[in-house]
Amino acid sequence: MSYNFKETMNKPERLAPGHRMCAGCGGTIAVRNVLRGLHEGDKAVIGNATGCLEVSTFTYPYTAWEDSYIHNAFENAGATMSGVEGAYKALKRKGRLDDTYKFITFGGDGGTYDIGLQSLSGAMERNHDMVYVCYDNGAYMNTGIQRSSATPMYADTTTTPVGSKSNGKPQNRKDLASVIAAHDIPYVAQTTFVQNFKDLHIKSEKAIYTSGAAFLNIMAPCPRGWRYNTPDIMEICKLGVETCYWPLFEVVEGKWILNYQPKNKLPIEDFLKKQGRFKHLFKKENEYLIEAFQNEVDRRWEELLFRCSR
Amino acid sequence: MAKRDRLSGNEAVAIALRQINPDVFPAFPITPSTEIPQYFASFVANGLVDTEFIPVESEHSSMSAAIGASAAGARSLTATSSCGLAYMWEELYIAASNRLPLALALVNRALSGPININCDHSDSMGARDAGWIQIYAENNQEAYDNMVQAYRISEHKDVRLPIMICQDGFITSHAVENIELLEDVEVKDFVGEYEPEDYLLNSKCPLAVGPYSVTDYYMEAKRNQAEGMRCAKQVVLEVAEEFAALSGRQYGLFEEYCLDDAERAVVMIGSAAGTTKDAIDRLRAAGEKVGLLKIRLYRPFPAEEIAGALSHVKAVAVMDRAEGYSNQGGPLGADVMAAMFRARSKAFAVNYVYGLGGRDVRVEDMEGVFADLKKIVEDGDAGETYRYLGVRE
Repeated sequence: MSYNFKETMNKPERLAPGHRMCAGCGGTIAVRNVLRGLHEGDKAVIGNATGCLEVSTFTYPYTAWEDSYIHNAFENAGATMSGVEGAYKALKRKGRLDDTYKFITFGGDGGTYDIGLQSLSGAMERNHDMVYVCYDNGAYMNTGIQRSSATPMYADTTTTPVGSKSNGKPQNRKDLASVIAAHDIPYVAQTTFVQNFKDLHIKSEKAIYTSGAAFLNIMAPCPRGWRYNTPDIMEICKLGVETCYWPLFEVVEGKWILNYQPKNKLPIEDFLKKQGRFKHLFKKENEYLIEAFQNEVDRRWEELLFRCSR
Repeated sequence: MAKRDRLSGNEAVAIALRQINPDVFPAFPITPSTEIPQYFASFVANGLVDTEFIPVESEHSSMSAAIGASAAGARSLTATSSCGLAYMWEELYIAASNRLPLALALVNRALSGPININCDHSDSMGARDAGWIQIYAENNQEAYDNMVQAYRISEHKDVRLPIMICQDGFITSHAVENIELLEDVEVKDFVGEYEPEDYLLNSKCPLAVGPYSVTDYYMEAKRNQAEGMRCAKQVVLEVAEEFAALSGRQYGLFEEYCLDDAERAVVMIGSAAGTTKDAIDRLRAAGEKVGLLKIRLYRPFPAEEIAGALSHVKAVAVMDRAEGYSNQGGPLGADVMAAMFRARSKAFAVNYVYGLGGRDVRVEDMEGVFADLKKIVEDGDAGETYRYLGVRE
């Protein structure tokens, strides 16, 4: 697929300005760019799990969504869109609808990795013709930065606070892209905001226009929760990729494909040190924590390389 | 032309659904409602309906998907029982607040725990404040007839609320009884096409559903729902009248059995009304003035009409197939007694909790309730108003 940055960025916005998301929010960047994957003229129904995105974009009586949009609850964005897509099929079959619609659901990591996992798993397994997009900012940001199963190890959150007996979250993050890939759906991809957004754009378009279920996992930093200088978001995303913390890959019909291999894999400190939530790791006595973090990144990276080599 | 058959309540509801041919039916099995989606899946598999049947992974998802489908502009429904309904809890409220006219075929079963698959009304009684219309059946015929009438009520422009069509687990859902079915075309014409005004898949005008709405609008939304519920009572009667013209079977807000001249009355919901009618027949043969008021429409609650129908009665026993843990009795007891109080009733009223977890209620049990009422009238004292029937103390 060819990619023209200027053309893509000049497409009409499907998430209108005037919403109440924070300045510099990664979630909003994810949404606007995923929606650019829709071909002009194609209609869509957008679904949304409860979260920052929902409460900030559809505050009655205003909506920022140009397309039809449905928010139901926190844990059921997958099931809700299953019903919408089911209605589409039924109405088409009964000759009551002519237009072509695409179905795209957004959830944060709380609504996706955690409370909504069952609903998502069901929707993916049933292979509804929809895309589920997780904008993963690694904590329950809407309720005030509580840990989720997407929160990386040692992150300082309000339910895993750093203290005299605590180094932050004790557990590793869940590898959700692998979990969804194990559902054997047609398309799974992991991406974030890098360079000219080509990776995100191509994956969004593929996900939307793949027949059947597709899943996109997008690392979408949250300036409040991660505690970084807001304008540094692109730098942080780039470091996430260059340290192999957040690799870019696709799983197409079961085939694992690595989309980018850094020439020089950077040490994980480069990614961690820009974020206030990892500040405690840089105390002299905590070097071993960074080493443990690095070991986990390495282990997962090796596992990914192995999968992609088969 | 009516067709005579012998069917269980579940079969009867499934056949009504085949005749309605809804657009989307997401479902998850739970005893004793499982047969409804099972029968329906076979209709889909054999091309008897062109419904999108979605076998989801939980009841929370079946109601979530039904909501999505309904918002999208499809006539949708699901079926469940007991813990399945409890699992849908938050979604019940969301369906109602979104003013979605979807249906739920509920087969009443006790809530856990202890886990129990048999009938009581604790599931739907717990959902009585969710904003759903609730209609109950005594037998398979009523379950079928209520299902046929459901969408006409729910989709009415003055109502636009989800509707729960309830029948008693096993007692009604699995017992095979004689039934009269309508012709397919009669049901199709009676129910009509669903023509939503605003819906997600309306290509002429996109729609956003499920807003964040805080103190400035939430209360108006709730008040608006209450208005739909207020209108539902009249619509239930109008639809029943049309249905009577089609089927010859009369329905109202409730059924009165030997109530006109009764001095003592039982008020109850569901299959045990049949047992109570037998008890009344026996007692009437012995010259006792006893009667029954069987609730059909429980939400909205027809309080004035119920109080009116009971206005001449000296003593009333309200029978609850659910505990309320208020130390006062069950939910029906509270509703009926409040209605009587508002109507300045002078009658004695007691509230029995009975039949929990499928505990059998026999004709003799109901004769005993009427005997209790007789003593209350004679003594001029209701005594304990919160009673249990058929329990080992």
